[in-house]
Amino acid sequence: MGSTGIRAALTALALAAAMTATACGGGQTPAPATSGGVSGDVTVFAAASLTEAFTKIGKDFEAANPGTKVTFNFAGSSALATQITQGAPADVFAAASPATMKTVVDAGDAAGTPVVFVKNQLVIAVPKGNPKGITTLENLSKPDLKVALCAEQVPCGAAAKKALDTAGVKVTPVTLEQDVKAALSKVKLGEVDAALVYRTDAKAAAADVDGIEFPESATAINDYPVVALKDAPNKAGAEAFLAYLQSEPAKAVLTAAGFQSP
Amino acid sequence: MTVEHTQHPGAAAPPRRHGRRRIPFFLFLPAGLGLAFLVLPLVALLLRTPWGELTQHLAEPAILAALRLSLLTASLATVCCILLGVPLAWLLARVEFPGRRLARALITVPLVLPPVVGGVALLLLFGRRGLIGSWLDETFGFTLPFTTAGVVVAEAFVAMPFLVIAVEGALRGADTRYEEAAATLGAGRWTTFRRVTLPLVAPGIAAGAVLCWARALGEFGATITFAGNFPGRTQTMPLAVYLALETDLEAAIVLSLILLVVSVTILASLRDRWISSP
Repeated sequence: MGSTGIRAALTALALAAAMTATACGGGQTPAPATSGGVSGDVTVFAAASLTEAFTKIGKDFEAANPGTKVTFNFAGSSALATQITQGAPADVFAAASPATMKTVVDAGDAAGTPVVFVKNQLVIAVPKGNPKGITTLENLSKPDLKVALCAEQVPCGAAAKKALDTAGVKVTPVTLEQDVKAALSKVKLGEVDAALVYRTDAKAAAADVDGIEFPESATAINDYPVVALKDAPNKAGAEAFLAYLQSEPAKAVLTAAGFQSP
Repeated sequence: MTVEHTQHPGAAAPPRRHGRRRIPFFLFLPAGLGLAFLVLPLVALLLRTPWGELTQHLAEPAILAALRLSLLTASLATVCCILLGVPLAWLLARVEFPGRRLARALITVPLVLPPVVGGVALLLLFGRRGLIGSWLDETFGFTLPFTTAGVVVAEAFVAMPFLVIAVEGALRGADTRYEEAAATLGAGRWTTFRRVTLPLVAPGIAAGAVLCWARALGEFGATITFAGNFPGRTQTMPLAVYLALETDLEAAIVLSLILLVVSVTILASLRDRWISSP
């Protein structure tokens, strides 16, 4: 632990200048860090909705940077933010909303300014084949329809409220779920007829659910900010991972998962 | 909250002159550590509590609704657990039947199962598409998920093993000679069970019920998965705490503390009345 920490710190010192240069001057197309200077464990705390895309990106990053090992902690953004502000040893934090990122920045745990790397928007998730024939947001207000929304306290719930308010649609949900995956699983299990979830989540569950796009979701787009952390045990690794996120291969993975470029 | 086994009356322990009065001092260190381990997190919580906000939150109708729902559902779940769990414990302790060991192992499944998985399992049984749920829906147009009854079901599922295990332990510790004597004197099986067995294991039932109620009160995973989260209908205190944690740590602490104070108060008053502890 101690020696790894020292080695990481030395590596960080050695690479700090180069990385800063990459971060400042690189702009859109910094090459994936393949200098061989990055090594060791990189711990990434990421929002649950990034699970599929980041798992793939992590493997690609390890392949591009031999000697590195990316470990993920996927959970709700707010839970991750709490863990970080309470001192959890993480190198990178990727949140599903600027609000949760703000709590980490306000606590002084971020190194630098968070960068929005993708956007996500809502779709209506319905069971495969859309048995209730839902096509618009207004359809969700039908009284015989069971709808699951996320609770307002979590990002997908805040986005759902915004979209519904903008559309002037009043929905009485049967449940306010604690995160987007929970809302989605209620659709998968057939317990509800529809749920408002992110496009990426609907895409990841494409075998069981259909995602129906609706125009009002444009008013409630979620930004995903990412930042390196101040107390990162592997600062060089954190910077290299952030740089890799901006690379073309990583962007391709994120787009394939249903995310939009910022 | 220990499971107190009924002492064997008449079977007085042979007097042991040495080692009975002498306290093994080496137990103090682990005992003290154990106590600290259980109490210190609570102390940390208390130190972070914004006491000024306590009364303010207590006045919120949403919090009161969640608290009321929690107390109601946990109590109903405990009643269900007693009605079903005591006979089950009796069956396991007193009746030889094939598969008894398997049955005993199976009742501990809800203890091992992550509660969220328990919730999914309940959905697969009682849900709209579930084994029994689909029949309930088609025949009576009735569905359990997302209802207050669903909260009771989820809590009872998770909490019942605590009661069964406590009562079974008490039954096994109880002296069967009393039951035999009652039978010899002409008491029927039901009378024997009601007038002899039940009073013998009453402390075990009380201890089990307390454990069961406490577990039901704190239940989160199975409840939010099976019954969902809707204020006033299925949002119990632990669910409200979890969601408060998303935005406001202080509020979450205050809410947990309210739940804690209410439950400890109730348990303490019950303990004095029902559980004779030295």
